[in-house]
Amino acid sequence: MAQKKKLVVIGNGMVGHKFMQAIAASNAQDGCEKYELITFCEESRLAYDRVQLSSYFSGKTADDLSLVEAGFYEDNNITVYIGDRACHIDREKQIVTSKNGVSVEYDKLVLATGSYPFVPPIPGHERENCFVYRTIDDLEKISAAGKTAKSGVVIGGGLLGLEAAKALKDMNLETHVIEFSSRLMSVQIDDGGGAMLREKMEEMGVGVHTGKNTSLIEKGDNAVHKLNFTDGESIEADIILFSPGIRPRDELARECGIEMGERGGIVINDQCQTSDEDIYAIGECALWGGMIYGLVAPGYKMAQVAADQLIGKNNAFKGADMSTKLKLMGVDVASIGDAHAKTKGCKVFTYVNGPDQVYKKIIVNEDSTRLLGAVLIGDANNYGNLLQLKLNDIPLPATPDSLILPQRDGEVTGMGVEALPNTAQICSCFDVTKGDICTAVADGNTTMSAIKECTKASTGCGGCTALVGQVLNKELEKMGVEVNTDLCEHFPYTRQDLYSLIRVNEIKAFDDLIEQHGKGHGCDICKPTAASIFATCWNDYILEEEHAGLQDTNDRYLGNIQNNGTYSIVPRIAGGEITPDKLIVLGQVAKKYNLYTKITGGQRVDLFGARLEELPVIWKELVDAGFETGHAYGKSLRTVKSCVGSTWCRYGVDDSVGTAIDLENRYKGLRSPHKIKFAVSGCTRECAEAQSKDVGVIATENGWNLYVCGNGGMKPRHGDLLATDLDRETMIKYIDRFLMFYIKTANRLERTATWMNNLEGGLDYLREVVIDDSLGLAAQLEKEMASVIGTYQCEWKTTIEDPEKVKAFKPFINANTGDSNVVFVEEREQIRPANEEERKQLANA
Amino acid sequence: MQTAQQENTVWHDICAISDIPKNAGIAALVNGQQIAIFSIGKQPQVFAIDNHDPFSKANVLARGITGNINDALVVASPIYKQHFNLATGQCIEDESVCVDSYAVRIDNNRVFIGLTA
Ligand code: SRM
Ligand SMILES: Cc1cc2nc3c(=O)[nH]c(=O)nc-3n(C[C@H](O)[C@H](O)[C@H](O)COP(=O)(O)OP(=O)(O)OC[C@H]3O[C@@H](n4cnc5c(N)ncnc54)[C@H](O)[C@@H]3O)c2cc1C
Ligand code: SF4
Ligand code: FES
Repeated sequence: MAQKKKLVVIGNGMVGHKFMQAIAASNAQDGCEKYELITFCEESRLAYDRVQLSSYFSGKTADDLSLVEAGFYEDNNITVYIGDRACHIDREKQIVTSKNGVSVEYDKLVLATGSYPFVPPIPGHERENCFVYRTIDDLEKISAAGKTAKSGVVIGGGLLGLEAAKALKDMNLETHVIEFSSRLMSVQIDDGGGAMLREKMEEMGVGVHTGKNTSLIEKGDNAVHKLNFTDGESIEADIILFSPGIRPRDELARECGIEMGERGGIVINDQCQTSDEDIYAIGECALWGGMIYGLVAPGYKMAQVAADQLIGKNNAFKGADMSTKLKLMGVDVASIGDAHAKTKGCKVFTYVNGPDQVYKKIIVNEDSTRLLGAVLIGDANNYGNLLQLKLNDIPLPATPDSLILPQRDGEVTGMGVEALPNTAQICSCFDVTKGDICTAVADGNTTMSAIKECTKASTGCGGCTALVGQVLNKELEKMGVEVNTDLCEHFPYTRQDLYSLIRVNEIKAFDDLIEQHGKGHGCDICKPTAASIFATCWNDYILEEEHAGLQDTNDRYLGNIQNNGTYSIVPRIAGGEITPDKLIVLGQVAKKYNLYTKITGGQRVDLFGARLEELPVIWKELVDAGFETGHAYGKSLRTVKSCVGSTWCRYGVDDSVGTAIDLENRYKGLRSPHKIKFAVSGCTRECAEAQSKDVGVIATENGWNLYVCGNGGMKPRHGDLLATDLDRETMIKYIDRFLMFYIKTANRLERTATWMNNLEGGLDYLREVVIDDSLGLAAQLEKEMASVIGTYQCEWKTTIEDPEKVKAFKPFINANTGDSNVVFVEEREQIRPANEEERKQLANA
Repeated sequence: MQTAQQENTVWHDICAISDIPKNAGIAALVNGQQIAIFSIGKQPQVFAIDNHDPFSKANVLARGITGNINDALVVASPIYKQHFNLATGQCIEDESVCVDSYAVRIDNNRVFIGLTA
């Protein structure tokens, strides 16, 4: 076998990691390792998602941000020097040496050193509590300083500066942005857009100071610092973040004499080679065509090109699109192409809507047939479409202004995704083309979640989500997989439609529903769905004659059916708290009826092996002892897990048990598209695992943090932090709204996690609905929840009090025996269902 | 052959038609055999098939949800949700599986099941 070549990568950031993935993939494909990989990683952790850095402030952890799949470096035999900076390249001997004294030889070398935030040499810039915003370590420091600070300023009003401002705002600091030029985001947007953006920022309580040049930072009178401007004015703040721009980290290359750009940056050719053909540079340290690309997508492209070059495939970097879309503090901001209308002879169309604070501008060529650029503030919904028009040079409609005028009366503006060629890049973060998505759909990935998982599209900045969805739907349509969102053959409606029909028309029985809006006899899909909606809307007893036949067997017999046709019994043990007396009752009942007894994963006790006819008798004993149904059988609230909390725990900051019990009692009996689980932890140690629940609540020094849409199960998902430091009343208000909004809009059997994954606009949108009441629904949602809570009944209590209902638990209508097929054997001193073999043996014995 | 079978049918009086919940099923024990009986529609049509679910091997079909798939009236097994044609016992998802179906008669609001003797 040929000697493996040594390939050394300096820098383990986003692009360096991408590069190694590309090489590893090719090694795997060829079945042999052409290259031995070695990498220097200056930071204290392996590659992570810098683009999502700010989400660290909304609850994401360093682990969540990691880009490295478990075992990646081990499986690919990659040597990593973590926390070690390469500090010298000897091009003659082809050796790299590091700060920690490691020295390695290389055959090929890749520089992926990224860039660093520029800190202007303003006197006083080295004072304490002055930070930059680039790494997780930076954020940890900022976050620590934020605990005692009251105010912060960001120097630099560009893209990153505004992100940093959001972080300060998220820490509840009084926030100011200082910008040298006359408008915010001067690179990307024009004066009109800048003015609108400024208005929005100020409305959100961020002070915007443009045209300010900071001349001195000194000790403040009322805060840690005082910033003095050249115009004689000043401002005080406890924290300063520098974000006036980035500079390529080219010091290593410079020192060993590789060609540099005039203003820095390592010069590369179309193959990403530097002036030394054994050395490549990729990502933010590289200068191509006189340009440094401060975005990740072009860096990823360079990584692929360099990797291809090294394994002998043809590929070339030909520049990249710098269009951007982002959501800053809930404000849509987007810029495409020639945003400043610099192209000769171009024409500009502008739409300004003052009251709604929307600003849109498009720049088209001389004869108005092609799009050159655009600026969108306040509403960037057609960003994806506009970008595609530009990138693919697609002819514009006769009246280009229709592209930015508001859509009225359902008229369709812009161009559909069909117009796009297969090579059109839909997701720039992960370089996913329309063709990639089409292939994925053809391979059977027919839901948004599947597409995300398989292509990674829309899992970065999220800017392409709407477009990916459109391509998916068009493809499904083409394949004849009619994008049929009908619930089933009996109703030409989605669950959400049915929910509205039932609620608005006050329909209370399935017969009426199917007569008025459906056809046929119904089925095991629409019947339980309708029953669940009836229960949410009207909350009748679910075994009422007109409802009983609609229920899944678990609901129909108020127990979970087991593999041998018996049922389990799960009484509610709110918050997992139970008195010794009640525990004894459970033991006595289990013993009396010979039930298998187990502690569940939901902090309660499950009694298995009850025959149909035994259910009412057993439940009577339990209800008499003060138990209620635990709804373990229902698509409804299951459990609210708790940790022991401040009552006993030395670390607890609030009463998690009491809160869990209150929440469980508030929402018990609530029927929903799927089961709902909660947990409450008394401090950030999170012993109740609240972040893995549909609703998770964690006590903080200042109130409760509310997480939503977490999930264990088949595909675990950590919850998203919806709101922080809530008082109890607000927390409950938000949960009411959240749950009702989910119930109103989710598909059948869609847990909150999947619902969130498919929710257009994601967490930001959910926040707008739940916290800002953007749909004007909040009062109604709260009222609907109040009605469910006000009409709660224990279904088992109602059942055992009605002899007619008890009759339904008779195994045979015409005989008083039980099912002879239900047979148990003993194991570890308890019963278990006999298997087929054992059943036969026992029958013959 | 056919006539012979008919002559040998013994009709068992099971219950009142009102004992079967609307658009749902109950189980009956006839000659030691478990039979699931369903009542469908406003002017109820009654059907009888085995109560035994060949997939889960539990006696549970009477506890399934009824409905139709295209023209066929069906019940869905409550355990793994396969559908069985109420008239013929044929499993919709698996052609090779068919449970027994039984003759049913309504007389004077009583439900009778016919078993061949
Ligand atoms: C009894 C229990 C296991 C145990 O012995 O610990 C259990 C038992 C069942 N689980 Fe579970 N799950 C139990 C805790 C959990 C947990 C842990 C938790 O709640 O903290 C999880 C993961 C957390 C989560 O749900 O996010 C869990 C994830 C599932 C899933 C996967 C859900 C998903 O979204 O992927 C299913 C399948 C489903 O619901 O479609 C499921 C379904 C089931 C069913 C209902 C399956 C069925 O249809 O027969 C089981 C029958 C319950 C019964 O007979 O009483 N069970 N199940 C636990 C009852 C908790 C309780 O007190 O109510
Ligand atoms: C807050 C924030 C938000 C952003 N948002 C977006 C966005 O929305 N969209 C977008 O496209 N881009 C965004 N970016 C930019 C994006 O993160 C960068 O384009 C991307 O990280 C560049 O990757 P890179 O690998 O070139 O550099 P980096 O990710 O910076 O990686 C370089 C790594 O090399 C290490 N290193 C440097 N020198 C050495 C040495 N001598 N030895 C060893 N290690 C060394 C560095 O410590 C660093 O870890 C954002 C950046 C930040 C900071
Ligand atoms: S989460 Fe905190 S309060 Fe609760 S038990 Fe754990 S350490 Fe104690
Ligand atoms: S463009 Fe950023 S996720 Fe697709």
